[in-house]
Amino acid sequence: MGKESALLEMRNIHKSFPGVRALQGVDFTLRAGEVHALMGENGAGKSTLIKVLTGVSGYVKDEGTISLEGKPASIRSPQDAQKVGISTVYQEITLCPNLSVAENMYIGRTQSVYQNWKKMNEDTEKILQSLEIPATATQQLESCSIAVQQMIAIARAVDMECKVLILDEPTSSLDEQEVAKLFKLMRDLKKRGVGIIFVTHFLDQVYEICDRITVMRDGKLVGEYEIKDLPRVKLVSAMLGKELDDMADIQGEQKAYERKKDTAPVFEAEELYSDAGIKPFNFHIDKGEVNGFTGLLGSGRSECVRAIFGADRVLGGKVKKDGKDIKISKPIDAMRQGIAYLPEDRKIDGIVGELSVRDNLILAQQVLKGFFKPFSKAEANKFADEYIKLLSIKTASADTPIKSLSGGNQQKVILARWLLTHPDYLILDEPTRGIDVGTKVDIQKLVLKLASEGMSVTFISSEMDEMLRTCSRLIVMRDRKVVGELSGDELNQTTIMNTIAGGDR
Amino acid sequence: MGTKELKKSNSNHFTKIFRNQIFIPLAALLLLALFNLIADPSFFKITLGYNNLGNPVLSGFLVTILDSGSEVAILAIGMTLVTAATGGQDISVGAAVAIAGSVLLRVLCGRDTRPETLQAPIIVAFLVCCVVAMLFGAFNGVLVAYFKIQPMVATLILYTAGRSIAAWINNNELPIVNDPSFGYFGGFIPGIPIPTPFFIAIICMIVIGLVLKFTNLRLYTQAVGINENSSRLNGLNPQVIKVLSFVILGLCVAVVGLIKTSRVSSINYSVIAKDIEMDAILAVALGGNALGGGKFNMTASIIGAYVIQFLTQTLFKFNVKSTALPAYKAVVVIVLVVISAPVVREWFSATMKKLQTKEVA
Repeated sequence: MGKESALLEMRNIHKSFPGVRALQGVDFTLRAGEVHALMGENGAGKSTLIKVLTGVSGYVKDEGTISLEGKPASIRSPQDAQKVGISTVYQEITLCPNLSVAENMYIGRTQSVYQNWKKMNEDTEKILQSLEIPATATQQLESCSIAVQQMIAIARAVDMECKVLILDEPTSSLDEQEVAKLFKLMRDLKKRGVGIIFVTHFLDQVYEICDRITVMRDGKLVGEYEIKDLPRVKLVSAMLGKELDDMADIQGEQKAYERKKDTAPVFEAEELYSDAGIKPFNFHIDKGEVNGFTGLLGSGRSECVRAIFGADRVLGGKVKKDGKDIKISKPIDAMRQGIAYLPEDRKIDGIVGELSVRDNLILAQQVLKGFFKPFSKAEANKFADEYIKLLSIKTASADTPIKSLSGGNQQKVILARWLLTHPDYLILDEPTRGIDVGTKVDIQKLVLKLASEGMSVTFISSEMDEMLRTCSRLIVMRDRKVVGELSGDELNQTTIMNTIAGGDR
Repeated sequence: MGTKELKKSNSNHFTKIFRNQIFIPLAALLLLALFNLIADPSFFKITLGYNNLGNPVLSGFLVTILDSGSEVAILAIGMTLVTAATGGQDISVGAAVAIAGSVLLRVLCGRDTRPETLQAPIIVAFLVCCVVAMLFGAFNGVLVAYFKIQPMVATLILYTAGRSIAAWINNNELPIVNDPSFGYFGGFIPGIPIPTPFFIAIICMIVIGLVLKFTNLRLYTQAVGINENSSRLNGLNPQVIKVLSFVILGLCVAVVGLIKTSRVSSINYSVIAKDIEMDAILAVALGGNALGGGKFNMTASIIGAYVIQFLTQTLFKFNVKSTALPAYKAVVVIVLVVISAPVVREWFSATMKKLQTKEVA
């Protein structure tokens, strides 16, 4: 098998859904032994293309051909895809949390009725060791961290001796060391002639590991490029379909932080802690300030804001709003105080899937208004239309179930939901995760605009440059403890890294 | 050109109707009616007669459907909400009806089991019965919402114990109410030939209609049923909403308890409202509502209830023995439920679309 031979060829793929032409004549070629990035904004059709390729039900292509190693392949179900050697690891973990690691590795793969449990566990242990995954075969999957679960999902795919490995945003919940491990694994697989399709939003990672890039936009193919022929700026502008000066606009916003002495902070917490395992922390935010929690994955940054909002059970500490003592024991208490919280996990904590965009949008404000005072249909429609326009949410109508929107647009609806409550203090936990570059910039700009209008915002993001661009003060966390506070000149990558790592010593 | 456009808009209308949730129970109703019309039109005969009290009454299969179907329809209202909020069903409904009826009779009859006159006004007895039924509903609700027990398992407790509790309330005696006005609720109001349960059902429908219009019950119930986490983070208390749905079902149970005991002016603990929970659950399913919770369509459930009664009566008409009835019913129900499954409907409307486009081409 030559390195340049086409392993997988998708030609002229079309796929339509009611009201949406998701794919319009897309070509995609994967060669053996390459890592091929599939890039595009949300709604560009990446996920649809992957689903067509892996035979997800409801995603049968309307037109076009797929061939594997030169032979036409008919893929009608994920099982078919596995059989011909196409394995997928999705962004969201699709394993069974209540089974053991070994069971998850082998589920659905044994043909015989008899199962050799001992051998299964031993084999699993070997694979785990060879990939340096910190888990044991008999451990329940649930008890592993999300990152480890993700790696187990990859190990499972790898063990199935796939020819084509699809990684759909595998790195979004991994920290740097884990990403490095994953990349090592990907390079190993490359050598063995596996073709890897890599879907990600992290540009750095693309340039670190990929050989080729295919860019899609609005369901169409923009082009296929060798990585060396496509500098970052060009990639981004190809994805957006416009020259990218917007990114520059957003810089230079942060000023040195000075505590205003004359007014009480909008929100203040003293020795606050919850049942999520964080150490008691102190925190305050001023009117019109944008600050952020930063730290590695699992450092407790989300847990802090969840404690502020009453999303986790608060065990102790005092909180003040505008200088007055208040008590927050559940989310509605916080909402009544004018606090809004956009949760980290959009799918689990954010959207109400089957409900319409409109219902999702008005939900929080409706709950605040009360059980006996429903918005009239006209009012609800007015809100929906207003915010769909304001945030340019791409949806067929306000009646569309939110789950059929792309991730970025879902996030905008959730954001709109909280903006509708006109909060004084807005908490955004990873608002830009798994979202295309264009929407990211939109959200960053919006945050700064809201702050300039007097709203206080706490912003959490895994992407440091995003934090630097928006926040004027960063609270740094390590091991579920606040370890530092940075503002002004200290706001640069090196200082933050050092603080996170404990670099004073 | 003109005809083509017309055809297209027609087909759009067609798929729209087809995708509507009410379509399935309505179609089933139509099918059953058509079957009866062809097999034996006398099914639709309605006669005006006089009952033993000398009041004008209508009789016939259709009247019986309106009469008995109303009980299922009332329960279907509560069952729809429970299903939507908790993603499970309450199987203790029949037993709870027995309890409600027993309480009602106990209050009406007082210490004596067969008093000459009522010992308490009917309205008072009914209110007491409502409170008790709602408390039992709340009991189920608390088990489901706070103790996180599967609804079917949680309600299994009351399902098992309910009829004994009902008998215990009246010391295992059979109270009989002599006042004829108590018979109005399950029978006929003098001068009105249409069975009263139908009017009671209409009142219930209007009430729930108003509640759904003037409160956020629908939005909250659906939100909790679809995504509990998210509901909580939006300030809702999912536990309260779940308990509320069981309490509302309790209220429906009390109403049916009134109708059921009124029919015989007495009670038979082991037979009253037997298996009615299954009919209520089927009504919800037949209405195309997901039994796993989430979005619901109340109208579809209510129509579903009458369709089930229509089916029962059709089988009676064709002299199916009452012991064999459930088997026949099961077959028809399987067909109906499979047709109304979203998967099948999607497939069907897709096929329809294909056929339409071929025709146009």
